[in-house]
Amino acid sequence: MSPIVKNVAVVLVIPITMFGLYIILHGHLTPGGGFPGGAIMASLVVLFFVAFGKEWAKKINKGILFFGESFGLALFGLLAFLGLGTSFFHNFLANSDSLFGMSIPFGANSGFLWSGGIIPLMNIAVGLEVFAALSIIAVVMFLENGKVMFSEKENNVGGKK
Amino acid sequence: MILENAPALAIGIPLFAAFAVFFFGKLGKRAMKVWVVAGLLAAEVFIIWLAMDALSGISHFYAVGAQVPGIISQAGFPVRVVLVVDAVSALVALVAMSLCLLAGLFSLRFFEKKEGGEKFYSLLLLLAAGITGLSFTGDFFTMFVFLEVISISSAGLIVFFREGEGFEAGFKYLVLLAIGALFLLFGVGIFYGKYGLLNIGAIASLVGVNASFIDFTAVALIASALLLKCGSFPVHMWKPDVYQKASGIVSAVLVASGLVGIYALFRVLFLMLANTPLSAMVGWVIAILGVFSIFVGVTMALKQTSLKRLVGYAAVAETGFVLLAFGTGLAAVTSMDIFSFRAVIGGMFQLVNDGLDLGLLFLLIAAVGFVTKKKRIGEISGLAHKSPVLAVLFLIGMFAISGMPPFNGFASKIIIYESVYMASPVFSIVGILGSVMLLAIFVKVFVAIFLGPPYKGKVEVLPKSMLLVMCIFAFFILLLGLFPKQAIEGVFLPAAKALINSQAYIGGIL
Repeated sequence: MSPIVKNVAVVLVIPITMFGLYIILHGHLTPGGGFPGGAIMASLVVLFFVAFGKEWAKKINKGILFFGESFGLALFGLLAFLGLGTSFFHNFLANSDSLFGMSIPFGANSGFLWSGGIIPLMNIAVGLEVFAALSIIAVVMFLENGKVMFSEKENNVGGKK
Repeated sequence: MILENAPALAIGIPLFAAFAVFFFGKLGKRAMKVWVVAGLLAAEVFIIWLAMDALSGISHFYAVGAQVPGIISQAGFPVRVVLVVDAVSALVALVAMSLCLLAGLFSLRFFEKKEGGEKFYSLLLLLAAGITGLSFTGDFFTMFVFLEVISISSAGLIVFFREGEGFEAGFKYLVLLAIGALFLLFGVGIFYGKYGLLNIGAIASLVGVNASFIDFTAVALIASALLLKCGSFPVHMWKPDVYQKASGIVSAVLVASGLVGIYALFRVLFLMLANTPLSAMVGWVIAILGVFSIFVGVTMALKQTSLKRLVGYAAVAETGFVLLAFGTGLAAVTSMDIFSFRAVIGGMFQLVNDGLDLGLLFLLIAAVGFVTKKKRIGEISGLAHKSPVLAVLFLIGMFAISGMPPFNGFASKIIIYESVYMASPVFSIVGILGSVMLLAIFVKVFVAIFLGPPYKGKVEVLPKSMLLVMCIFAFFILLLGLFPKQAIEGVFLPAAKALINSQAYIGGIL
């Protein structure tokens, strides 16, 4: 692509990342959450494919993306299991004054970021997972026309042999 | 504390195990396989415990994420996702999870030399979690979610290691199931719009009082989605395609997901229509669909040349028997007589037998492919000389599926024939004819593969783990066939009672 597109793509890294992170982190206060935020972040990868082409796309380490995907999902599962003291998926962090555990004062307010317990943490996990998974989908469709998702070649690129 | 959370753990453990397979894959093949088997075994243990509890009369209701998981409706109506484990859902989950576990054990040596095992096991565990979730869910929206989980993970499994045609079958499955899931979602949306509730039991209690046309529309939409899932007559076309193209192991797991689809269909229908005049009509429609499934499945199986496709059509026929039995029971649900009740028991029995017989046959096909290394079954003949064990196991599976005494298929089908005959002799006769034709078809297959001049090609030794898995299937087939009375009294009678007793279900929720 032309230098204009390339430069604009680089400049757009900041606003797109910020918007994506905003949507993920404010998932428990405003519309959005992990899935839309992760999809917004993954659109950055697609934008870079368009701007910089195949040579750039080949440099992406799919192993890291697979790791991010699995890590996000495992984190989500782990958070669900951590509530087992009372019940599965129990929100044990809410109102605990620790991580995201602020008690909300009674009455109308504009929303507190430091609240929600495990919901924002789960949003972050889902955001990571969706970002990594959609990036993998984009890489596979862009580089390999979707042929090798389930064949043997793919292991040479990413994971362990 | 752990046992209190057993319903959630039975879904949560395979789900978490599926996500973490990737990390164990990094540690090596052995660690990954140990992790997969441990995950499936742990879920199986919890389900066995739940099933033993449920069959002895103690149902478990579990509100996910609640302060006290046992309290479902705090303000008079349920707000949280509710898991319901009564006799019938526990039994179905037990059968389906056992199929997943056995197929997983079977696959340990099967994929030894092939790459990409971590994705296969990840999808298998995800499918196991979806199957358990669909059988335990007491909530329409969760039902939709687990249906999607099942369809996406099974589509991934279908295309695994296959190129070209396998993709076509997987894509067909995915598109059809997605359309079905949209029907379900539309039906759920109607209920949510009318009642502001998603819980099946709570909606059923309201539908029982003031049923209107819009409720029946929603029930019809949901029922058609689930009929698509279990592959009944007018929408059976994906089943032979998928079973033919997928690996035998994957087909065995897909049988499990089909069983859970049938269960979900009848759970919804028995709950929603129990007190309404429409139950008779819907029951007969389902029974007629079942009869057509038997007829179409058997006649189409007759002309197949590919063994897997043939068993796929036999699976359509087997589904038809369950639909026929449950449909007859549903038709008489308002005034349950002894024959209709026996039909429900027979259907419950047949549901379990479906899983055992079809699971054994699909794993046998995979084993035959493994020992001969041939892609096409048609190139194989006279295998009984080289591996008599496989021949004996195939005979057991074949007699069981076609309803010959003393195997389990006979025990369940005789109940269905007897009880359905009282309601409609024609349906019963079609069922008997279908069963006889199934036997003829499988005798043909048996002769082609196992008899004749000795097989000339190289035959590999069957790994012990595969043999053990198939012997477990054969053991349960014989056990249910030889002691049907004890099995019915201990297992299928409480399950059938739980299925038709909508008041106990609703009472547990509210």
